[in-house]
Amino acid sequence: MAKKSHKQRTAGRRSPLATVALLAVGLLTTGGAYALFTTSATAETTAASQQQIDEGEKLFAANCATCHGMNLEGSDEGPSLVGVGALAVDFQVGTGRMPMAMQGPQAQVKPGQFTQEQIDAMAAYVAASGPGPVVPDERYLTPDGDASNGAELFRINCAMCHNVAGAGGALTEGKYAPALGGVEPRYIYAAMVTGPQNMPVFNDLNISPEEKQDIITYLAYLDENPSVGGFDLGNLGPVSEGLFIWIFGLGGIVGITVWLAARSN
Amino acid sequence: MAEQHGSAANEMAVDKHEDHPGTAVVVADAIENPGFPPPHQRVADLDPSREVTIERGISALFWLSIIGSVFAIAAYFIWPIEPGDMTSVRMNNMMLGVGITLGLLGIGFGAVHWAKALMHGHDLVEARHQTRGKETTRARAVEIFQEANEESGFGRRALLRNSLIGALVVSPLAGIVVFRDLAPAAEPHDLLRHTLWAKDTRLALDPTGTPIKASDVTLGSVFHVIPDGLMDLPHDGGLLEEKAKAAVLLMRLKPEDLTEAPARKDWSYDGIVAYSKICTHVGCPVALYEQQTHHLLCPCHQSEFDVADGAKVIFGPAARPLPQLPITVDSEGYLVARSDFTEPVGPSFWERER
Repeated sequence: MAKKSHKQRTAGRRSPLATVALLAVGLLTTGGAYALFTTSATAETTAASQQQIDEGEKLFAANCATCHGMNLEGSDEGPSLVGVGALAVDFQVGTGRMPMAMQGPQAQVKPGQFTQEQIDAMAAYVAASGPGPVVPDERYLTPDGDASNGAELFRINCAMCHNVAGAGGALTEGKYAPALGGVEPRYIYAAMVTGPQNMPVFNDLNISPEEKQDIITYLAYLDENPSVGGFDLGNLGPVSEGLFIWIFGLGGIVGITVWLAARSN
Repeated sequence: MAEQHGSAANEMAVDKHEDHPGTAVVVADAIENPGFPPPHQRVADLDPSREVTIERGISALFWLSIIGSVFAIAAYFIWPIEPGDMTSVRMNNMMLGVGITLGLLGIGFGAVHWAKALMHGHDLVEARHQTRGKETTRARAVEIFQEANEESGFGRRALLRNSLIGALVVSPLAGIVVFRDLAPAAEPHDLLRHTLWAKDTRLALDPTGTPIKASDVTLGSVFHVIPDGLMDLPHDGGLLEEKAKAAVLLMRLKPEDLTEAPARKDWSYDGIVAYSKICTHVGCPVALYEQQTHHLLCPCHQSEFDVADGAKVIFGPAARPLPQLPITVDSEGYLVARSDFTEPVGPSFWERER
């Protein structure tokens, strides 16, 4: 293009092709400048890692240290966070479980209080204390694995607590396994790796990253495919289904019986 | 006659507290039979012009039934079952069901409404027929028996009678012998005492069958474990039976959190413990593991086991702790069983020692 414009200049600067050339040069310049700018920006992020950690330390001291201690050592109110890894912070804070609104059997999901940047800063601070699980590769988070293999793994490893349809279930003394419908893949992955609250850890040697992707695929499949039996009644099994049939099924039969035996007016 | 009988029974009930089947106790201060309530007037009785409206209503119900039945036929073709598409099965079943429901309920409700609103509505008493046969019938029945006895000589010919009775007694014995063999040849409870676990059997992942190294099991982990080689069994050749007995849950706790009986000190490896996954109550898979409290919860009847303390029962109907699988590591670092379970896994059975 540049050669062409050089030729054009000698032939006549007013040629309509000059406009095209000018446009091309302009686009190349801005594009190149943008590329340069973004590269320098990435470099800045890596360089700012220490700054990020310092930022995370401040946020941690202000929001988490009451229970987890000024140096992540933990207290009677909360466990030590040394070596829990960036992924645990991303999960707990990203889903709003931490900071907890109050002490209870188990931290509950609520709207997140921090931006992703702030979460990353705290994650960097906690990760700096010791190696731990990191945020997984994006390719394991896409729901395009083997759903049927995921379903089998889910039935063996997860369904006893989370229910075979991922509807969640009760544990002991007020604790519970949450429902998994609509949970972001990265948090499903993070929960398996870090074992939040009372959930056991499923490390990569137990369930490989590919198998975790299969489980994510199965859960996405459940989200996309409604219950084929009609109303799922929360997928809670015999309790909700039994209650429904006792109230509405038997109620209907009693109603018909009363009508059958009553005198016509 | 009946009156007399009733009062006699009444006296007996008062005096001896003796009941005779079929005799009613007549109470002295019984409430008098109030007879029929005053005749009940229905809409159609009071105003015959309303009869037409009711008639149309009932007819509409029958028509609804026709529409429902036709709809069910149409629905079968409008919402066909596409192979592999469960949603199409749902639509098909639901629409068929709606149609057939309308078809049957329309007939039923129409018929009942007809009977209640339009058919003859006065009360009447229908007396029960006499249960006891007439004397002549009874006498004739006895006569038939006597005639038969005379003609066949059943009472006279003792040889025939006795050998017939003998044949009747012996004939079911063949059946008893044959059906006795339907029972398992060996004592079935022996099967409950042994699992696929044996000395040096590797612990493998369910369902892939990958052997597990001790270093793979990180703190707070739970592994669902089967014996190595289980998956080689044919599906119809005992795979499920063996898996149902041999399923094991593997957990790693901090070694200082474990309370171990002196005899079982070497049954765990560096805080890794393996327990049978089969509940000792009625055999549900106990797998709801809380990694912070170290409690295992059975989803069926809420039995709770403390993994940190020999899986003893801390809540619920289970009577015994979960059987522990003694484990160690082999030279390559893989987890292996030291032996089979030392007690039968799963729920109690009669022949179990305790």
